[in-house]
Amino acid sequence: MADPRPVRVLVAKPGLDGHDKGAKVVVQALRDAGMEVVYTGLHRTPAEIARAAIDEDVDVVGLSILSGAHLPICRDVVARLAGSGKPVIVGGVIPVQDEAALRECGIERVFRMGAPFEEIVEWIRRRCRASSSSPVSR
Amino acid sequence: MDTPEVPRVFLESGIEVKPLYTADDATGHDPGRPGEFPFTRGIHPLMYRRQPWTMRQYAGFGTPAQTNERFRSLLSHGQNALNIAFDLPTQLGLDSDDPRAEGEVGRVGMAVDTLDDLERALDGIPLDRVSTAMTINAPALVLMSMLFAVAEKQQVPIGQVRGTIQNDILKEFVGRGAWIFPVGPSVRLVADAIEFCGRSAPKFNAVSVCGYHLRESGANPAQEMGLAFEIARAYLDAALARGLAIDDVAPRVTFNFNVYGNLWEQVAKFRAGRRRWAAIVRDEYRARDAKSMHLRMIAGGGGSGLTIEEPENNIVRGACYALAAALGGAQTMALCCYDEAYTIPSEKASLLALRTMQILAEEMGLCDTVDPLGGSYYIESLTGAMEERIVASMAEVRALGGIVNAIEQGTIQRRLAGQAYEIERRLRSGQMPKVGVNRHAAGGATPPSVEVHPYDAAAAKAKSAGLRDLRATRSAAAAERTLAAVGRAAEGSENLVPPILDAVKARATLGEITAALKEVFGEFREPAF
Repeated sequence: MADPRPVRVLVAKPGLDGHDKGAKVVVQALRDAGMEVVYTGLHRTPAEIARAAIDEDVDVVGLSILSGAHLPICRDVVARLAGSGKPVIVGGVIPVQDEAALRECGIERVFRMGAPFEEIVEWIRRRCRASSSSPVSR
Repeated sequence: MDTPEVPRVFLESGIEVKPLYTADDATGHDPGRPGEFPFTRGIHPLMYRRQPWTMRQYAGFGTPAQTNERFRSLLSHGQNALNIAFDLPTQLGLDSDDPRAEGEVGRVGMAVDTLDDLERALDGIPLDRVSTAMTINAPALVLMSMLFAVAEKQQVPIGQVRGTIQNDILKEFVGRGAWIFPVGPSVRLVADAIEFCGRSAPKFNAVSVCGYHLRESGANPAQEMGLAFEIARAYLDAALARGLAIDDVAPRVTFNFNVYGNLWEQVAKFRAGRRRWAAIVRDEYRARDAKSMHLRMIAGGGGSGLTIEEPENNIVRGACYALAAALGGAQTMALCCYDEAYTIPSEKASLLALRTMQILAEEMGLCDTVDPLGGSYYIESLTGAMEERIVASMAEVRALGGIVNAIEQGTIQRRLAGQAYEIERRLRSGQMPKVGVNRHAAGGATPPSVEVHPYDAAAAKAKSAGLRDLRATRSAAAAERTLAAVGRAAEGSENLVPPILDAVKARATLGEITAALKEVFGEFREPAF
């Protein structure tokens, strides 16, 4: 039976970085793919993002970071959402050499700049299907 | 004779390009002479023949001492002006020891907390000779005051300081996002800067209106110019409401434009923009002084045109962007570096960008004659078409109730975000060509590992420690007294520059001064997206 509820995604801009074009582009691409997207706006703290993810009952949290401060921010957000079952993914200016460290701290997927929208949409759909068939899901 | 079928070509601004232009197309588009109204061919009669464009690479990182070193290096390689990059905490008015600043101190620019920092960064750089630009917006008055205070210490009177503060807060709400206060008080701060410079700092530009970031956020080249003009008008109006004359105000306003995209469209944009701005200032604002009508600009960057794929291609793009700016008659140029899609520029990449401009200016004959494309059937026709589109873009904004209202409501933001999405879709589908990305791409290769500027956690920690020492050793009474005065001035309507200058000299920190203003003004709340 099809899930009656569309996939819900939180797109968040953590930290002080103010470049939101990429985040807003992804928001629109996910909405066009039929997902419900909540966009946090700029300058959010990891605590605010984690709270929004719970309050908005989203399935996936997507972070957009371009300033270079992705490692400490991602670690913080992932730690705050530990046990919630919500996967955290990240995009922005992320050097290839940092991807392993991000995966290690619990980021499930890094989308490089210019990643095809279909790839992001498909990954989120598949991830949500996987968690809805697992007993620990929402 | 039948013409064979050729594909139709449209520029980003929506203008269709014909396969051939003839004298008929240029009829009625006499561009006049450079240095004369409407300045289509340039604001000066001799342009680069008298003085090549100013080369002003954006630089700054880490501590003031590290930044000073990079500045000296750029100046020793023939750069003749500075363009200071600040880290994000500084841009948002936070001190280096603020918890929100953690991990960001000195990362994308230099960290400034107090007057001492700027003094160290500018050590040995004479502020009456080296023109200093500062990319700072929400806390622009604080940084401008610090610069004036450093100048005084160098025995340079404020009236002799040369430079520019970006100070274009309205574009921060649309793109770039380094805002603090709500829209109304933010515009007041810009007007305070224009008023102060109009009266006391005639060689210092109080604002650099950035079409640049609007373009980065999704605006097409005609909208880049049109929206920038509407923003500039908002600042002019706010400053004129102080009782200043247009001829004291308009010369303190400069512009910052982007250069990526179709070469001819950029050149026509600059020519058309010069003509339109001159008409606006003369006819709508009744300026008499020709200087008021000059569209003075820094042009360059081109960030959104650069790619993370095959980054060396960005070196070639940079050269073409510099060519566009030179053929467009920019006064000042700064280029994005080829590694900027990854990181703040390495010294090598920064020097390469400077060399690109020097090669164009000194080897290629770009400075030999004024407006070398003037009189081209295509360029003159295109300049006319671009001007029409710029005017149409301005009319659209006015139909929305004016730029300030449209930004407060988030209308401009939503519109440009929609356009940015459309561009991204066209890039991904290959409708918009990008070599190495959707054309001739090697395919499958992972992006190369470029040298990424390392984060200096130890330096950030030392910066915070230094700040603690400063708070312990400065006169607490003087800091408190001057900060209170800033708060009182903010509550009233007096110009905020003098009390902020006092606070800066009393070693009040950027974070403390910003907090005093926030107390009165509150914070901007983003419209929903």
